[in-house]
Amino acid sequence: MYDLTYLWVLIIGFGVLMYVLMDGFDLGVGILFPFARSEQDRDIMMNTVAPVWDGNETWLVLGGAGLLAAFPLVYSVFLPALYIGVFLMLAGLIFRGVAFEFRFKAAPGRRRLWNGSFFAGSLIATFAQGAVVGTFVQGFETEGFRYVGGAMDWLTPFTVMTGLGLVAGYSLLGATWLLLKTDGEIHQWARRWAYGLLAAMMVFFVIVSLWTPLTDDYVRSRWFDHVTWLWILPLATLLVAFQLWRSLGKGSEAMPFLYTIALFGLFYGGLLFSKWPYVVPPSYTFQDAASAPESQLFLLIGLLFVLPFVLMYTAWTYYVFRGKVRADTGYH
Amino acid sequence: MDFDPLLLSRIQFAFVVSFHAIFPVFTIGLATYIALLEAIAFRTRDPHWARLSQFWIKIFAVVFAMGVVSGLVMAFQFGTNWSEYSYRAANFIGPLLAYEVVTAFFLEATFLGVLLFGRDKVPAGVHLFAAIMVAVGTFISSFWILSANSWMHTPVGFEMRDGVVHVTSWLEAIFNPSFPYRFAHMAVASLLTGGFVVAGISAWYLRRGHAVTASRRALKMTLVMLAIAAPTQLLIGDFHGLNTLAYQPAKVAAMEGNWETQQGAPLLLFALPDQEAETNHFEIGIPGLASLILTHDWQGELLGLKEWSAEERPPVAIVFWSFRTMVAIGLLMIVVALTGAWLLYRQRVFDSPRYLRVLTWMIPLPFIAVIAGWVTTEVGRQPWILFEHISVQDGLTPSLTGAMALFTLIGYVLVYAAVFTAGIYYMIQIVRKGIDAPSDTPQEQHPRPKRPLSAADRRLDEPADKPS
Repeated sequence: MYDLTYLWVLIIGFGVLMYVLMDGFDLGVGILFPFARSEQDRDIMMNTVAPVWDGNETWLVLGGAGLLAAFPLVYSVFLPALYIGVFLMLAGLIFRGVAFEFRFKAAPGRRRLWNGSFFAGSLIATFAQGAVVGTFVQGFETEGFRYVGGAMDWLTPFTVMTGLGLVAGYSLLGATWLLLKTDGEIHQWARRWAYGLLAAMMVFFVIVSLWTPLTDDYVRSRWFDHVTWLWILPLATLLVAFQLWRSLGKGSEAMPFLYTIALFGLFYGGLLFSKWPYVVPPSYTFQDAASAPESQLFLLIGLLFVLPFVLMYTAWTYYVFRGKVRADTGYH
Repeated sequence: MDFDPLLLSRIQFAFVVSFHAIFPVFTIGLATYIALLEAIAFRTRDPHWARLSQFWIKIFAVVFAMGVVSGLVMAFQFGTNWSEYSYRAANFIGPLLAYEVVTAFFLEATFLGVLLFGRDKVPAGVHLFAAIMVAVGTFISSFWILSANSWMHTPVGFEMRDGVVHVTSWLEAIFNPSFPYRFAHMAVASLLTGGFVVAGISAWYLRRGHAVTASRRALKMTLVMLAIAAPTQLLIGDFHGLNTLAYQPAKVAAMEGNWETQQGAPLLLFALPDQEAETNHFEIGIPGLASLILTHDWQGELLGLKEWSAEERPPVAIVFWSFRTMVAIGLLMIVVALTGAWLLYRQRVFDSPRYLRVLTWMIPLPFIAVIAGWVTTEVGRQPWILFEHISVQDGLTPSLTGAMALFTLIGYVLVYAAVFTAGIYYMIQIVRKGIDAPSDTPQEQHPRPKRPLSAADRRLDEPADKPS
């Protein structure tokens, strides 16, 4: 028998990372929205993400459908456990999603409504996603492949911490994205924000990194029983964070965004390997959660064929909408 | 207070899926229309086509955004409220939904960005290509989702092992018995919905004398399409009904309000089905007609609801009346479409303000018909979530409490009410703002006010907007 489970770990892992990075920066732009200095700057900010946000969010749908296809246990335990959180995330995504269309159509006086909707939606969706990460670390109460915990197990001091951490992280992605896509005063504004956000994100990183091994035996023994190659991850994190700080000082345009992406990649790796091979901790591994081999194979064949095209035309749209967005670029 | 999580989850699913269905059924038809307009504009270089396309793209953007965000909810609804069904059926529905994302959603979302914002950034041919890709994406999407849905009605190509679906034949499962009919029925419904909206708004513009050249062209082409599509839909619906009779006879019995197995069953025009008493009140029917339609024989035998135990019957009144709503609107659409074709043939359509007004009033009806049709088929499948394999009761999320389900139900209702109100409001704004005048025909630009339709009492013969 063939076993494609680990190949699927890679594919789903890639899909989720793509989502985090791509919707991360446009959610981050939403979180920074009310702090912009003028309505014109807000137009610019929104126009940097307007042509691509829809595609970015599609990776979330792929994450949901991909989990159902490849790891149905994850889908059918995470979503009931995160029931209220998932609702808040979706409500947030709805309000920010329609704000893209409605804000530019609203009369000037009503724009504030959609500014608020864009900000609050982005903030709530981001916080909820951060709480999902925290809940994953915390683990799920299960019995016979079913979630049996309570409705609010997902909301604890620890998950609030990861939620806020992700708010800082996505905002940093948003700020460094704006460095890449804007110039002039808004560019300088984003650079000032990036410093503070980087510091905030690193504080959350340190807190979560200390908190987790203190409360979770599995994670503690994974990291501290032996000196493992895993320690490369936090060391690299510190190094990249330092580089990011320096690149902000040097006034470079693209590097801060790329360094932030690298930081997210390192966090993500650290998270997965802390729990490996468990995907529904503390009980079920990737193997337990996998769908039938014939289903994995059926989807894999198509995916290997289609996904390169998806990546190609996604890259192409970013290319079409390349370059700085200015006040007169107005797509609307 | 105890709330029933099963009932609340069913209401919630019916609500979010109906709300969502409104948008794709419109965007599928509209995307095709926009691609067509872009193609004609590309070939003829005639600015009237381009301005028409630009106008509909604006509407499309709003509708599509609401479709995307409400569709996002659907991707998670299976897991939040129906996790047991998701877990047990994942081996089939999982890959199908994932295929939908990678073959359709990415295509739509990515090329929509180019369609909306890229007119000046890419060559005209590439822009046309983007329009076609969006339209193709909407159809691919409906292919997968309707296959998954049809399989829940007529499940084949799998076996149950320990209560979990294992696919034995992908081809059989994907092209399951009800899929071709449902797909065709839905594709034509999309064309009808998009067609009636375009026709209704064009008719409104014509009555106001706005953008006459473009609106005339739009109305002409949609009326021709509707005159073909509306009768075709009746034919497809008939085949779909025969297919349902073969695989889900209890649903058809509920649609007909037929309790007793009988020969020469009447077609009921009115009845109040009574689930408890297992009978109808105040029946008015045409003798033998239901048998004739379903078996093509006046004396054909139809199974009655009493063939099934009370627990295995769908809620009859809902199915009975939603079915009648759909059919009545369908018949009305045929009448209106054929009248339009006749007026068009007599070259009188643009001078019939009464007919133009009827067209505008028709706009909401196809949406109601689509929802009524879905209610018929989905409620008619009850009490099964996977027909005759998994009941809705067994498909429910085990950890779900009534309070949780109530909280999110109220939440979705509030969120959707806000979003829908705003969406309709902005769409009306776009419609009122009207179609932009082409820049090379200055006589149309002046003295037209900035918002040509804000003066609602403007007369039809006012010179400002005379056809160019």
